[in-house]
Amino acid sequence: MTGAFMSIPWVVILIMLPLAGAMACFLYPAKSKSLGLVVALAIFASVSGLGFQLVELGAQRYTVGGWGAPLGIDLYVDGLSLLMLAVTALVGLGVSTYASSYFDHPKAIHFWPLWLFLWSALNALFLSADIFNLYVTLELMGLGAVALVALAGGANALAGAMRYLLVSLLGSLAYLLGVALLYHSFGSVDIVMLSQHIEPSPAALAAVGLMSTGLLLKTALFPLHFWLPPAHASAPAPVSALLSALVVKASFYILLRLWLEIFPLAGASFGQLLGLLGAGAVLWGGIQALRQTRLKLLIAYSTVSQLGYLFLAFPLGTSIAWKGAIYMLLSHAMAKAAMFIAAGNILRSDGHDRIADLDRLAQRLPLTVTAFALAGVSIMGLPPSGGFIAKWMLLEASIRSGQWWWGVVLIVGGLLAAAYIFKVIGHAFTQSEQPHEAGLLPTRMEWAALALALVAILLGLFTTVPFALLEIGLPFDKGRAG
Amino acid sequence: MSWSTTLPLLIVGSSLLPGLAIFFLSEERVVSRTILNLTGAFLKLVLVGAMLWGVSHGHHYETRLPLLPELDLVLRAGPLAMLFVTLSAGLWLVTTVYAIGYLEGSPHRSRFFGFFSLCVTATVGVALAGNLLTFLLFYELLTLSTYPLIIHRGTEESRRAGRVYLIYTIAGGALLLLATVWLYTLTGTLEFTVRGFLSELDTSLHPTLIIIFVLLIAGLGVKAALIPLHGWLPQAMVAPAPVSALLHAVAVVKAGAFGIVRIVYDVFGIEFTASLGLTLPLAILAASTVIYGSLRALFQDDLKRRLAFSTVSQVSYIVLGVAIVGPIATIGGLVHLVHQGVQKITLFFCAGNLAETLGIHKISEMNGVGRRMPWTMAAFTVGAFGMIGAPPLAGFVSKWYLGLGALDAGQSWVMIILAGSSLLNAAYFLPILHVAWFKAPPDSWPMERSFGRHETAWALLAPPMVTAILVLVLGLLASAPFSPLEWARLITTREFAP
Repeated sequence: MTGAFMSIPWVVILIMLPLAGAMACFLYPAKSKSLGLVVALAIFASVSGLGFQLVELGAQRYTVGGWGAPLGIDLYVDGLSLLMLAVTALVGLGVSTYASSYFDHPKAIHFWPLWLFLWSALNALFLSADIFNLYVTLELMGLGAVALVALAGGANALAGAMRYLLVSLLGSLAYLLGVALLYHSFGSVDIVMLSQHIEPSPAALAAVGLMSTGLLLKTALFPLHFWLPPAHASAPAPVSALLSALVVKASFYILLRLWLEIFPLAGASFGQLLGLLGAGAVLWGGIQALRQTRLKLLIAYSTVSQLGYLFLAFPLGTSIAWKGAIYMLLSHAMAKAAMFIAAGNILRSDGHDRIADLDRLAQRLPLTVTAFALAGVSIMGLPPSGGFIAKWMLLEASIRSGQWWWGVVLIVGGLLAAAYIFKVIGHAFTQSEQPHEAGLLPTRMEWAALALALVAILLGLFTTVPFALLEIGLPFDKGRAG
Repeated sequence: MSWSTTLPLLIVGSSLLPGLAIFFLSEERVVSRTILNLTGAFLKLVLVGAMLWGVSHGHHYETRLPLLPELDLVLRAGPLAMLFVTLSAGLWLVTTVYAIGYLEGSPHRSRFFGFFSLCVTATVGVALAGNLLTFLLFYELLTLSTYPLIIHRGTEESRRAGRVYLIYTIAGGALLLLATVWLYTLTGTLEFTVRGFLSELDTSLHPTLIIIFVLLIAGLGVKAALIPLHGWLPQAMVAPAPVSALLHAVAVVKAGAFGIVRIVYDVFGIEFTASLGLTLPLAILAASTVIYGSLRALFQDDLKRRLAFSTVSQVSYIVLGVAIVGPIATIGGLVHLVHQGVQKITLFFCAGNLAETLGIHKISEMNGVGRRMPWTMAAFTVGAFGMIGAPPLAGFVSKWYLGLGALDAGQSWVMIILAGSSLLNAAYFLPILHVAWFKAPPDSWPMERSFGRHETAWALLAPPMVTAILVLVLGLLASAPFSPLEWARLITTREFAP
């Protein structure tokens, strides 16, 4: 690699590019579809560029405009942020491809600027190095997401969006209060500086409590998940995919960063509490998903359940548990995006998503059903899939640390997932003499789902690259040892 | 990458790639699909032949791909792997020909053959797996790829059977996963090793190891149809005949039994298993399954259901051979892995022929069918006598070694089980042969299809003829080089050598 290539500020490009794209789409609505796709590809390329840079140079800290912390804005990138950016880029590319067929004229001009704006906020969030910037990006992301939910129109979607808006604001407000408390007590918002200066005090504990509650609300951890199923189920399919795959993960990412750097002072019992809530989410979400009669609601409750797995790493706290949780996050993002897109295809071609009436689906939309099934394999955690790798690591961590009950939760959660996935697939394979009724949907819409699902499967076979990237500036060894 | 590191991968890929390609063929492209199917099957057989030759000349074949930190995906050719991989590659070719004939003109053939190839891919992976993680991976893939085959017809009944199958196998898979991870946390390795890798562990861990063993056997016992975990197998009979043949002879049931063999010999080690006191319970479980399956088979009028319960009984011979603990019984159990497969696939092919040609599903409808379809029933007769254990057929060889091994190991109670089971086998097979050959045929068959001068289509007739001849050859030439018996002897000498 040449020096010039290595000095390209990819981090800044990753934030500015989607923002510029959003503005361009707003100004030239007629061109928004092609603009959006070009930007998606460019972002994908930039993440690859950043990846090369990172492998070569290691974890990086950038001072925007030459002003360092505590005055200026610092950006920080390590393997974890890179993986988050990469998963966003992959899901973003898939969903953008899909959306370019899904949305027609009036909706498309709203969708593209909002989505690229959301993308910019997500990228900025994964690159932020201080808790105030994290707040700003979190708030921007929330606003973008709410607007996208409202895009579906109709009373249901508006009610869902309204509830989502209130929850989102409440969550970020709680978080902001925590930030203010920390800044007041320790005079900094930079994560590294805070981690050095922070010490247990009532104010610090209150801040940790407020920030966590806000983030848990936004991550929809049981029992704070009540807003997620209506919002995710009522949104248009590409938006549901983005919300479930990426937006809920962003607040989890913040929680993870803070937990590793600042929160150790909160004590081990806090980790146990998070694990307990996670277990509740896995079981409750799984049971609720099984009870649904609508496909999109089933998928939304599945998200509630799968998010619970991520929190099982907190009581374990070992490096392998964290890696398992991150891997779960990556593969769930891929699989769930594929699932919501597949559900969108079914909804578009059948006009309904009643699970009991999904007969002969495998004949009408073979690619879509394949995508759903492959994504389902990862959600169930069966091999070969990213979900399996993640589950294996979490299971291993739980047995190694002697807390085997989290392993039981993992196993039971997998069985519940198998039950609700096969409930759908079983209905898709019904008798029919007609082998194919092709040409119902644009091929692009079916292939987008299949491509995302395939990534989830391939994550279960090609694990070396993600794990190697995660090692760059690995934050987990600094955390509490298990 | 050299030949010795790619060959295992090629053997797995030779059915995976055609399978994936078949999914994308449109329904009408019969010729391309047939070419893909047969090319894959032939290629696999040739590659397996090359590997067989190599292994017997002391070559080492291993593919290793990193999967988890410090845990690889390993495909390795050893004598035990070769026994199973040869069986599945050989019978896959025959079953493919049969399935092409059987499904002619029916809908969704691309989907069927796609999953069919995936199923064989998974089986071959199970056979070649070099560690427990790889085994688990392919074992679960087998569950996933057989489900669409079982519900292939899409009727309410077949979907119910598929649901039952999933409940059993997914739960079994979960137990297997738990046990595998648990084992890994104790040992830090999952590599299959001759005579096991656990005997060095501290004695304080022995109670844990017993729990893990029980979990593993429970997880594998679902597919091996050990009682009380056999409930899915008779229900899965609604699947098309080639699927039943595959399920019973090559893939699912065998994968379970093979897994138990792997666990006992290459994870725990037979002597260590015995010292933990685990072999006697396993032998009793297997013996009960042998008797129970035969008893249930007696009372089935549905031909495929009778054969299904016969499988429940016969597959447990393999486990029994393992659990008796002794070199001769081991030979009997291992060789039965192959012999049962060849015999049972013959019987299922014949049952499928009766159903396809004459619409016969029940034994009470089989009066005089031997006159209408002499070749099919001749093959059926050979298979049935093999199951009963009549010399000089393959089944006799298995039972001979099992009986001898039991006496050798001082477990004479097994002889009673074997004798009783043989009597029961005769009791449920001979009446079938009697009605088929000696009763007068009815005026019309339930649903007859005409195939000109021949009794049925050649693609349906040739496979059972081939496998029936194989049953005879395996019995007559049991001690020839490269015979399953010789492989079983080779494996046994490695496991029991001082």
